[in-house]
Amino acid sequence: MNTPYAVEIDGITKAYGNFKAVDNVSLKVNAGESFALIGPNGAGKSSIIKMLTTLSQPTSGSAKVAGFDIGTQSSDVRLNIGYIPQLLCADGALTAWENLLLSARLYRIHPSEHKDRIGEVLAAMNLADVAHQRVRGFSGGMIRRLEIAQSMLHRPKVIFMDEPTVGLDPAARNTVWKHVRHLQDEYKVTIILTTHYMAEVEELCGRLAVLHRGKVVGEGTPAAIKSDMGPQGSLDDIFERLARNDDEEKSGKENYRDIGRNRRSLAKRG
Amino acid sequence: MTSDAIAARSPSVVNPLFGYFMQIQAVFSAEAQKLRHDPFELATRAIQPLLWLLLFGQVMANVRGITSGNYIDYLAAGILAQSVLFAAIFFGISAIWEKDLGILHRMLVSPAPRSTIVLGKALAAGVRGVIQGVIVYFIAAVAGAHISLNPLHIAGVLVLIALGSAVFSTLSLIIACFVKTRERFMGIGQVLTMPLFFASNAIYPIALMPPWMQNVSHANPLTYQVDGLRALMIEGGVSEYGFAADYGILAAVFCVLVLVAERMYPKLVA
Repeated sequence: MNTPYAVEIDGITKAYGNFKAVDNVSLKVNAGESFALIGPNGAGKSSIIKMLTTLSQPTSGSAKVAGFDIGTQSSDVRLNIGYIPQLLCADGALTAWENLLLSARLYRIHPSEHKDRIGEVLAAMNLADVAHQRVRGFSGGMIRRLEIAQSMLHRPKVIFMDEPTVGLDPAARNTVWKHVRHLQDEYKVTIILTTHYMAEVEELCGRLAVLHRGKVVGEGTPAAIKSDMGPQGSLDDIFERLARNDDEEKSGKENYRDIGRNRRSLAKRG
Repeated sequence: MTSDAIAARSPSVVNPLFGYFMQIQAVFSAEAQKLRHDPFELATRAIQPLLWLLLFGQVMANVRGITSGNYIDYLAAGILAQSVLFAAIFFGISAIWEKDLGILHRMLVSPAPRSTIVLGKALAAGVRGVIQGVIVYFIAAVAGAHISLNPLHIAGVLVLIALGSAVFSTLSLIIACFVKTRERFMGIGQVLTMPLFFASNAIYPIALMPPWMQNVSHANPLTYQVDGLRALMIEGGVSEYGFAADYGILAAVFCVLVLVAERMYPKLVA
């Protein structure tokens, strides 16, 4: 990686018909940094993650991840990233070991390293005792830990986490945070995180960008962003204000069909 | 070496050519492991061919003029192909299910070429079809079909079953990429299986069909699978179109479908 940036986004836009889910966003994230994307539902967070992980193509603009262009060097990008999607996505029909073996093979890790590497990430995530149990019997927190293990198996330079603790109870959330901090401290991996939990941003991230209707409306450290809200300001205040703006603007203008259409659209945009 | 020290190392990766086959194996093995964990599905799928051979076959064997010889002999190959078709054509539902669960996202952000995922799935469908085929083979023998026990014929049958499974499961993946929801897929799957089955030589000769339907039948890959199966499976069987056409057409259709599926697959999550 010849650039100090793990992620460079240059004027990226994602449009679905006339609707712009992401509108001319530019951001830079330093190598080794933990960076959050926050904003209300439909702000464009997941659309940005999808483009950076090469799951979808930008309508315009460009971006580099780990020094590779997402459009022209997508294979190199994929070799250098880990991804933890919003959904709990480990395959429940397989055991933890089999899920990790699938990842090891997809990332072309030499077979001679499979056993050691899988054993080690399982131990690091406190899952060694349940390695040969099927994942469908795991708790949400255990599945997330397994997914962190999967995302780390090939030692990526950048890990994308799309709402990694959504749906987890506070105890499981704390455990996941502990393991994410472990990734930061031990491996110095760059983490790009989307979340609705402001405590998660303050716990894990050095900088953040606030997204609203596909645009970046604020960027900086959590302390700097909070200070913009006044002496007693919090990240939750920003979030609530943006969400309230959306609600007020929509109130009285939408009927049942509009709401249904918007929900389907949001689901599509993630 | 501590676990952290080993995990911190970037892994050794195999060369791209070996890696390509390893990635196919990754997807295939995951599917095979699921089948090993829950083989119940195979047993339930044997019920339908059993009913066709024992109920439909026994009655239709008394109808004169369908074939010049033993109708159970004629029907056995058609029912073998049908059981494989019916299983394979709904294979795409698993792709939609994997998309809904996020499993597909994880595969698509890996560096594995899309073709390896498609080929791995097709191979898994092929092996699933072969296991099912063996069960139907026994049922056909019990129902009174004059099964050929020539090892070369049996090997040829297994290859045809695997090829047919791969063709129809890949077609199913392509359909899944278009329809994207399980509900729509179920409807389309039902609509597709009947024309494929009835516009083929599976349960009656093509010569009995009206001319327009004969043309459809000649464009139907199932016809060539059944033709080859009938020639190899039954003692004294003869291929109407020749083995080169039977195997060649199925292989050619499979190659085209893999190329299409490879391009379509990422659209499932975009």
